Amino acid sequence: MTPLIVICCYLALLLLLGLFSSRLFRGTSADYLLASHSIGPFLLLMSIFGTTMTAFALVGSSGEAYAEGIGVYGMLASSSGIVHSLCFFVVGVKAWSLGRKYGYTTQSQLFRDRLESDGIGLLLFPILVGLVVPYLLIGVIASGTVINSVTEGAFTDMFAQYDYGVPPWIGSLVVSAVVLVYVFFGGMRGTAWANTFQTIIFMILGVVTFFLISDRLGGVQAASEAVLKKHPSKLMRDVSPDERKAHAVETERWKNVANYNWLVEQKKISLSDEQKQAAHAADPVLVAKKLPPWAVGFEQRRAEAAYAVEHEDLKAKLSDEEKMRAMLAQDDRLESKPLPASLDDFHLIEFERDDDSWEARAREYFKASIGHPSQAEQGKITRKQAHGRYRAMRWAPEKLEPMPKLQFFTYLLVPLSVGMFPHLFQHWLTARKASNFKLAVVAHPLFIMIVWAPCVLVGVWATSAMMPDNPRASLVPPHFPPNAVLAYMVKQLTSEWLTGLLIAGVLAAIMSSLDSQFLCIGTMFTTDVVVRYAGPNRFSDKQKIFLARSFIVAIVAITYLLSLLDVPRVFTLGVWCFSGFAALFPLIVAALYWRRLTAPGAYAAVLATVATWIYFFAESDYGRNPNFAVWGMQPVAPMVLASLGAMVLVSLVTRPPSEATLQKFFPK
Amino acid sequence: MKYAGWILIVLLLILHQDVWYWDDPTLVFGFVPIGLLYHVGISFFAGMAWLLVVRFDWPERLDQDETSGGGPTQ
Repeated sequence: MTPLIVICCYLALLLLLGLFSSRLFRGTSADYLLASHSIGPFLLLMSIFGTTMTAFALVGSSGEAYAEGIGVYGMLASSSGIVHSLCFFVVGVKAWSLGRKYGYTTQSQLFRDRLESDGIGLLLFPILVGLVVPYLLIGVIASGTVINSVTEGAFTDMFAQYDYGVPPWIGSLVVSAVVLVYVFFGGMRGTAWANTFQTIIFMILGVVTFFLISDRLGGVQAASEAVLKKHPSKLMRDVSPDERKAHAVETERWKNVANYNWLVEQKKISLSDEQKQAAHAADPVLVAKKLPPWAVGFEQRRAEAAYAVEHEDLKAKLSDEEKMRAMLAQDDRLESKPLPASLDDFHLIEFERDDDSWEARAREYFKASIGHPSQAEQGKITRKQAHGRYRAMRWAPEKLEPMPKLQFFTYLLVPLSVGMFPHLFQHWLTARKASNFKLAVVAHPLFIMIVWAPCVLVGVWATSAMMPDNPRASLVPPHFPPNAVLAYMVKQLTSEWLTGLLIAGVLAAIMSSLDSQFLCIGTMFTTDVVVRYAGPNRFSDKQKIFLARSFIVAIVAITYLLSLLDVPRVFTLGVWCFSGFAALFPLIVAALYWRRLTAPGAYAAVLATVATWIYFFAESDYGRNPNFAVWGMQPVAPMVLASLGAMVLVSLVTRPPSEATLQKFFPK
Repeated sequence: MKYAGWILIVLLLILHQDVWYWDDPTLVFGFVPIGLLYHVGISFFAGMAWLLVVRFDWPERLDQDETSGGGPTQ
């Protein structure tokens, strides 16, 4: 119950802050949408940083490091440190200057004016909104998930299907409502204040968590040395030869189990009781009798599989096609596409997991053990633990692959997306003066370092840490969902208070992005659609505020309802959206710096982005293939090149805007 | 000094593509993997590079000609 109390206190505090900032509201639409261009350097830095760093900053960084090792820092953090500040300086400052001079609130206004084209604004509007929506959904869904995971057992006889914690749909609803209240009343000023407060919270909690966890793991040296001993590959971007060898042995053993289980299911093999007893007696793990009772059944199957390999010529009983089907069944995957002709071309990860039924199978297997979290001492486990045990005992060993060099190098283009984020564009315009950007440009890479470096280390430590009360048991079991690693470690290693505080920090990171995105989409509908086509004098200033607020309420409601639909692969889609924004980066830079850019050139850039995005997304099996690459590169690289090439070529052969417009944007 | 920050940024973008610590799990100070420390250094020097840029190549005139307002013409 303690984490729930901490979260409720935090959300109440945020509401108070939102209501306080609404008292500073000056009652004009310029104040509601852009805080009257009054934001100083510190608030600008914090609100930009908070907006840029989503939940990914805390849970994603540690989760990715847990899964991929320390390479994620170079791929995601140090690259962003350089490129984000470049976007703030090259795009942000210039956009601010033009926005201040000509009264822009959205990117569409800037493009329409700069290119003398109404159509470009119309074309960009649905694309920008479409790219932000998955990003919004991720925040809303993630908030419900983290609240549920940390409040397990908070209720004694309610919400059993959610492990007696707050159901995700209630968590998402409350978080959406809190964000809505402070954005609704405080507008951009409320958002900037809330972002600043929340950014301070998640930065402090990130660092505090690092020190507490390292202390519980015996200090920073002991924690890192454990990784060097057990999983040295996590400390580099390659795979150590010893780990590769051990992984191959483990994978072979898993394949045997898959084959054996398949043959048993198909009634093509049946060991006698004597044979099974002999198999169990030959298994050193079973003989040692140190397994928990729930794991014995799984280990017995492994022992029987090993026996069948040795005495029954197990492998010869299956064709290649059957072996593939056996692996799919053991890993709970669907035959979602045709099987390849050869076993060598079979990659398990390319087949979709049977998410509709594996959890039910796991709960069925452990149904006698599932109970209330407070009954742990009586051997009861939660539904999530049942899922975890099932995954750990049944699924294929986790992948062990080096980080592809070309993918690492080309990932540098992904952070360019920041230059085209519509919500960041709106934040830039709030600055009181251009020099207020200086602090954000300089401090942003350092802030990323402060948040990411400790989280990456914690994620890497998670791969090799052992239970404090049982040095033989791994703290984090195999196949643990990476994004849940940080909260799980905090829960296992520290107090309930700190768990509550950390989750408050995670929610802070989520909400500090959600608020800007809600406000931004509300602003775009008001400015780029209603006011634009009804005429600038059609509505009074008060009516414009009313419109913006109405749109914000509608967008929060629609996003929340969409989050309940369980949109498939929304997280994968979110990552693809970053590539879409990055591919539009050449367009914004050209609009600000290249006199020769023409409206047809801009259309060409947008259409090239859309076409390559759709093509590569389809090629990646609609996001199902996590290893998808284009000639070894991140798909963002050819997308940026296509957008840039189309824009330059078409611009050079078409007529540029009038001299008056060029004079307006590029005064001599 | 006008270009010092920009030169450093270009240098950092090149140095970011490190292949030399790709397969090195060495722990520096007994706890920081060398590949991580290297990229933390990139982050730190990125901050320093941007400090040089805003100190020596900041478009000061923007704050001076911000005053004229008005709505978008389209």
